[in-house]
Amino acid sequence: MKRKHLLGIQGLDKKEILFILDTAESFREISKREIKKVPTLRGKTLINFFYEPSTRTRTSFEIAGKRLSADVINLSASGSSLVKGETLKDMAKNLEAMNPDILVIRHPCPGTPLFLANIMDCSIINAGDGACEHPTQALLDLFTIREKRGRLEGLKVAIIGDISHSRVARSNFHAMLKLGMKVSIAAPSTMIPPYLERFGVKVFNFMEEAIKDADVIMMLRIQLERQTNNLFPSIREYSRFFCLNPERLKMAKEDVLIMHPGPLNRGVEIDPEVADGPYSIILNQVSNGVAVRMAILYLLSGRSDDDAID
Amino acid sequence: MAEVMNEKEINRALTRISHEILERNKGCKNLVLIGIRTRGVYLAERIRSKIKQIEGEDIPVGIIDVTLYRDDLHKEIPQHTVRKTEIPFSLKDKRVILVDDVLYTGRSIRAALNALIDFGRPSSIQLAVLIDRGHRELPIRADYVGKNLPTSRRESVKVMLKDKDGDEKVIIEEQIQE
Repeated sequence: MKRKHLLGIQGLDKKEILFILDTAESFREISKREIKKVPTLRGKTLINFFYEPSTRTRTSFEIAGKRLSADVINLSASGSSLVKGETLKDMAKNLEAMNPDILVIRHPCPGTPLFLANIMDCSIINAGDGACEHPTQALLDLFTIREKRGRLEGLKVAIIGDISHSRVARSNFHAMLKLGMKVSIAAPSTMIPPYLERFGVKVFNFMEEAIKDADVIMMLRIQLERQTNNLFPSIREYSRFFCLNPERLKMAKEDVLIMHPGPLNRGVEIDPEVADGPYSIILNQVSNGVAVRMAILYLLSGRSDDDAID
Repeated sequence: MAEVMNEKEINRALTRISHEILERNKGCKNLVLIGIRTRGVYLAERIRSKIKQIEGEDIPVGIIDVTLYRDDLHKEIPQHTVRKTEIPFSLKDKRVILVDDVLYTGRSIRAALNALIDFGRPSSIQLAVLIDRGHRELPIRADYVGKNLPTSRRESVKVMLKDKDGDEKVIIEEQIQE
């Protein structure tokens, strides 16, 4: 791949997305070996900088880096000198002075990865920037759907929940539409960004309409930490209309796939019976996340320095 | 461009190599074949079926992709595409026959040896190649050779196999220098 950074899905084309997915197929087997390690990124330094809490993404990047033999350093906002008032730019310059090869960044402010890409020499991977993008999540979602269905084109996906605050939804819209999938969403109208139809996404106010005939149902987490201006009256009311429970599941296709980027709010957006049920591929998403991130780390390491940035 | 081996010659060489493998290892007990992607895999399959004809026994064939073990990441443009490694059996205490089409610098064999050892501790590893063209950069040699082919570094040797390339021959050609 010719890229230096992975800042978002928006800048990738269909061919690149499929190439990343194909490459990830080859990395899956490494995690099943007795010795789960290859020497590919030996001598490379990977910094995981997470300005927001994360279990899955941070661990997944760390494991991916270590299985490729990179040296992995984890930094969180609370343990960094940002709490002492250092600016992001100063911190970036200081980290750069120690010659990392790849920086994985999660930050609440949209555009942070691009900002860092412009001032740093190393490769930047966006691990979530505010409500903007979360490209590796979308790639692992596609990888998991393709693993289960054998194809992507033409499949119908229903995404349910807080679309306006969801970087997962945004990255998935870009990816799925580029790959010829059909996307429907449902959410309370306060959680639907305006003009979404122009994207080619079908918008519903009732969940039942969106999940009818869907091949895949992707539930989004209600991000309680981002709910400042009362987008819905109560959690109880939200869950009455937008929780994926066994009754609603009956309206979906017989072999529907249930996805969730995690962490789950059990009983709020997803009923435990559904989350742990036979249609759920939530944990497959997590396993595949490692293979997809290994592929991305590998592909970004092979570029030559004069290639254009994202 | 010159043809240095034709279909019949390739077939005879593989038959001889199969006999040599059986002779050296006194049968096919604990024997496994590992083909290096891409053409080594096809050659390993052919040796497997020849051994089956000779001894009546089926020995396992695995596939190894050495891309992740190469020492030229970051230099090579375009980057190598990573493909799957498939070794669905244990290598512990096995006699491994590593199969490749052309032995040249020895660097991909070095990568393959490192990769194999990550899958367990075989009792031995032997190397079978269709062509040995010389110019080693590492202390590596083949145990079974189809044909020794003296070449210059400017030349390139291409093995073509029916099941992969539609044609069956080995050719040698001058590389176009810029």
